[in-house]
Amino acid sequence: MEKISVKVCTGTTCFVMGGANLQELHDSIPKKYGDKVELTASNCLGLCSINWEYSKAPYVKVNEQVVPEATAEKVIEEIDRQLAKQ
Amino acid sequence: MNNLGQAIHIKKEILVRIIKAFLSDDFERQARLIPYDMRPKGMEVPYRCCVYKERAIIKDRTLAGLGFPIEEDDETVSLADYAKQALERQSISDKNLTVLQAACKGCATNRIYVTDLCQGCVARPCQSTCKFGAISIVNGRSVIDDSKCKKCQMCVKACPYKAIVKISVPCEDSCPVGAIKKDETGFASIDYDKCINCGRCTVACPFGAVHERSQIIDILKALRSKNQVIAMIAPSIVGQFPGNIYQLKTAIIKSGFSDVYEVAQGADITANTEAKEFSERMKEGQKFMTTSCCAGYNQLIKKHLSEIKPFVSDTKTPLYYTAQIVKKKYPDATLVFVSPCVAKRAEGFENPNVDYVMNYEELGALFIAKKIQILDLEESKYEVESSKQARNFGYSGGVAESVKKSLKDEDMVKPCVINGLNKDSIKQLKRYAVTGDCEGCNLVEVMCCEGGCIGGNATINNPKTAKKLIDNFTQNSEDITKV
Repeated sequence: MEKISVKVCTGTTCFVMGGANLQELHDSIPKKYGDKVELTASNCLGLCSINWEYSKAPYVKVNEQVVPEATAEKVIEEIDRQLAKQ
Repeated sequence: MNNLGQAIHIKKEILVRIIKAFLSDDFERQARLIPYDMRPKGMEVPYRCCVYKERAIIKDRTLAGLGFPIEEDDETVSLADYAKQALERQSISDKNLTVLQAACKGCATNRIYVTDLCQGCVARPCQSTCKFGAISIVNGRSVIDDSKCKKCQMCVKACPYKAIVKISVPCEDSCPVGAIKKDETGFASIDYDKCINCGRCTVACPFGAVHERSQIIDILKALRSKNQVIAMIAPSIVGQFPGNIYQLKTAIIKSGFSDVYEVAQGADITANTEAKEFSERMKEGQKFMTTSCCAGYNQLIKKHLSEIKPFVSDTKTPLYYTAQIVKKKYPDATLVFVSPCVAKRAEGFENPNVDYVMNYEELGALFIAKKIQILDLEESKYEVESSKQARNFGYSGGVAESVKKSLKDEDMVKPCVINGLNKDSIKQLKRYAVTGDCEGCNLVEVMCCEGGCIGGNATINNPKTAKKLIDNFTQNSEDITKV
């Protein structure tokens, strides 16, 4: 089974627009999924420069799926969705 | 710190748009378009009845961002005109908070209410427990006469079905000094004679109705002028942005400032001065002393708790000493304090050395508008490296610890911490003041916000993570005895 990759954008825009609060994922994800999910803090993913710009930040990428206006709950939901697909 | 995601998100987005408008070649036009850019034609209406109301509310919020009181809005004046006025003004009045009263409409008045869960029981404990005769039985159910009800909530406690509830007004409930009230018309307003600028209401209101009046336009104007502009960053800023505070210094300079000082530099002076003062006061036989660096607490003393004045340290705040140092070095520069809260905004108004105050959200918005990636930047050194204890001023317990560490005889300090001002802790302080005794301790650290400055209303990170990040950073800083 392939690991699910979760990239939390730590670019300035995402961090300021609410991404700071996603740091709790560093505790909750390993606890919940063990090594099934690989969480990385990523430099700017470049998503804030397209489409809705900063108004949909913070962004998180779960595999190739972009989660806009990300919250810890939304990210976990997306991980579960992708795990169910496997 | 807030967890009202969307309300705060909108306020930050507006700040970014205001700054982008200022930086564009047509500020007035771009400012006028903010509500239309945020709620374009055909967009699904997210919160209100229609897109027009959404835009009207965003216009009001933009006013606060431009520095105007929303209550005084003349609806016939466009945002373009307000932008022009903001550019032309020389100063801004010191009422730091403003209420978007149109947002209060959705919020019920504070009252005690009997719900449908009322079973119309035989015992009627609600009626017998009410001392004011406010409860009568109509059609077999309890009904409260609002004109007699004193909101004591005895009936709420008495009802075995939990059928009676207190309808909360979050802004009123959050205010530790009863300064914000929804009046008969249903609109909240702030009594500035009582308000201690703690900023609790800005965070508590689920409609995001209470705004700080921003000085961002005044700061942008200063940055555009030939004058040097110096930023002084509060200790609690560690962990509020990506990267470390050395990269943050580079980022601030990149956004137009000439130099950056850590307010922790002044905190070192505060700690040492306060330690000296503490041992003198103890020698004189005073039973306790309270700290004096929290701006919210200082306003509480001034407006509600004069009894405690004799016990409050005369030592100045870290901002005071830092601004003094910077002003001496750059007498003609504009000094901007970068702050976690609205209370420090008020302190900035009272300090002639401080020209403007910018909170963390506003600084964040400035970085976003200028597309500054902090993590990609080189580090810049500070002229003075502050101590570990000074850098820990931003969380509860940090100030008392710094005073303790600055004393030769650490054991003489028995600290206690008031971790957040609320009705109970204010009563506790009053009791200390009246009895002249603080029940077994002798140094009382008072923090207006829970968690300390990292719990300030304009912080970006949550206090728990912020404290961890501060500890990670300061473990490598020098001890205060060596600085």
